[in-house]
Amino acid sequence: MAMLSFEKKYRVRGGTLIGGDLFDFWVGAFYVGFFGVTTAFFTLLGTALIVYAAAIGPTWNLWQINIAPPDLSYGLALAPLKQGGLWQIITVCATGAFISWALREVEICRKLGIGLHVPVAFSFAIFAYVTLEIIRPVLLGAWGHAFPYGIISHLDWVSNVGYQYLHFHYNPAHMIAITLFFTTALALAMHGGLVLSATNPPKGETVKTAEHENSFFRDHIGYSIGTLGIHRLGLFLALGAVFFSAVCIVISGPFWTRGWPEWWNWWLDLPIWS
Amino acid sequence: MKISASALTAGLLGTVIVVLLAIPMMLQWERPPMHSEQLGYRGLGMEQITNPRRAEMLAALNKAPVPDDPVDNDGVLVKDDTENYKNVQVLGDLDTAQFNRLMNSISTWVAPQEGDNAGCAYCHNVENMASDELYTKVVARRMLQMTKAINTQHKSHVQATGVTCYTCHRGQPVPANVWATNPGPKQAGGMAASRNGQNVGGQRVPAYASLPYDPFTTLLKPGANIRVVAATALPGGTGRSIQDTEKTYALMMHLSTALGVNCTFCHNSRQFSSWEQSRPQRVTAWHGLKMVGDLNHTYLESLTNVFPANRKGPEGDVLKVNCATCHQGVNKPLYGFSMAKEYPELSVPNP
Repeated sequence: MAMLSFEKKYRVRGGTLIGGDLFDFWVGAFYVGFFGVTTAFFTLLGTALIVYAAAIGPTWNLWQINIAPPDLSYGLALAPLKQGGLWQIITVCATGAFISWALREVEICRKLGIGLHVPVAFSFAIFAYVTLEIIRPVLLGAWGHAFPYGIISHLDWVSNVGYQYLHFHYNPAHMIAITLFFTTALALAMHGGLVLSATNPPKGETVKTAEHENSFFRDHIGYSIGTLGIHRLGLFLALGAVFFSAVCIVISGPFWTRGWPEWWNWWLDLPIWS
Repeated sequence: MKISASALTAGLLGTVIVVLLAIPMMLQWERPPMHSEQLGYRGLGMEQITNPRRAEMLAALNKAPVPDDPVDNDGVLVKDDTENYKNVQVLGDLDTAQFNRLMNSISTWVAPQEGDNAGCAYCHNVENMASDELYTKVVARRMLQMTKAINTQHKSHVQATGVTCYTCHRGQPVPANVWATNPGPKQAGGMAASRNGQNVGGQRVPAYASLPYDPFTTLLKPGANIRVVAATALPGGTGRSIQDTEKTYALMMHLSTALGVNCTFCHNSRQFSSWEQSRPQRVTAWHGLKMVGDLNHTYLESLTNVFPANRKGPEGDVLKVNCATCHQGVNKPLYGFSMAKEYPELSVPNP
């Protein structure tokens, strides 16, 4: 991969968290660093174990491969490899790879002297995964509460866990998360549309500026959040969506065992009318 | 920046309201450790997670009573002692000693309350025990027939455990969990009238959802078609409507809360309708729904002209049974304790 003429300027030494200069190099376009090495280690081992688990399973059908966590009876202990132990090691590898990837992002940010917004944002995704596979199972006392690795099987898990609470759409945090996901899509669509509209004027006209973009929204809804503000809003919406997704699953079981519709009885039971 | 007094007041008021709402909202949460039970293959998400502290409260409400001590036979059947026993239509084949033991038990199961209108006197004119003048005696006779029918014709649901009067009554003349057709609140007519029996908050709505509040009238009767899942991958022909589906969903939520279980106790939700993927408990539940339909139709509705108006629903139909009537929040009523074993006379077929 050829390097662009100005790219070398940004390939500066330092900024590493661990390992000093030892791993401070690039392979082709990719910065390595200590966490690049750990990412590669966990990813390769984890993927190899997934392939192994699939190989000893009953099918090579990509949709149906299922690597499931141990039975609840194992609690938080280690299980035999073929009875969920592989799932446990794969989970360690996945968590290790995700966190390594985030820390590699941190090192790159430090090299460039920019903020840590990208790794912070990625940590929300990691947090959601860790909540599902580690925090909630630990709170409930067994790894078997986590979701299995498989395209259809993890969807079956989602469906069944939802129906453990009779009607999951009544989960208040799920409601907030869905609202934020949809609003994220709305904000991204409006932002993308606006930028493309300013940069794609009718034939013969010049490309428009941020002031045109601001004016559009001021005329349209009386307010423009601004060029920087829209990115703050987007990050807030997206991270909020992921955060409340994690909340909605961690409260299901550890902090609420009944149907979610019943949770709303606090409203019916208000001393005003009950 | 200057903040006006009215903005400040509004802000304070808003904060107070939010805090006041947040208190009841936050007080109801539960906490770990929880008890969990695996209901399907590992990782499938078919599980029953229960709060052991709530389970204790439930167990206290579902304590089995101590059966009356067994008695020796007198050697005389009720139907042969016509001097002392008249108008005994259902239990005539019983030894008189067993008959009196059963009558005594029934009075504690159904009408143990204090006062004139209690114990034997709840159903009998104590001056003339044979008289049918009290409607409660006519009802009790039919209920005895119903109990025997449950224990003999509906073994597919009650198995060897069987039921007694206590399974439903729990020391109350009218069981706590019964239903009658619920016409819903009064509301506007015209276009606003098509509520489809749903979107009403309140304690009588199955599992408190916005689903139909009376799935029982149409679905807990003989021949009702509860199943709504399409049999083909793509829509074709006339399937069941959304409204039918919501009614079934409401009935299923009632079933779940009545048994203190979630949907995965019976179903693998990846395909609700598939018997192959369901747990065997679903077969028992299916027989239970058939049983409830039969009991409501054959036994309870047959008493429509016997019950006084204050023992009927707002539409004038008799109070009927659903899953909660026996189960009362437990998947096996009284945690599977078989009271009927101590009263074998309740498990012989009706003549």
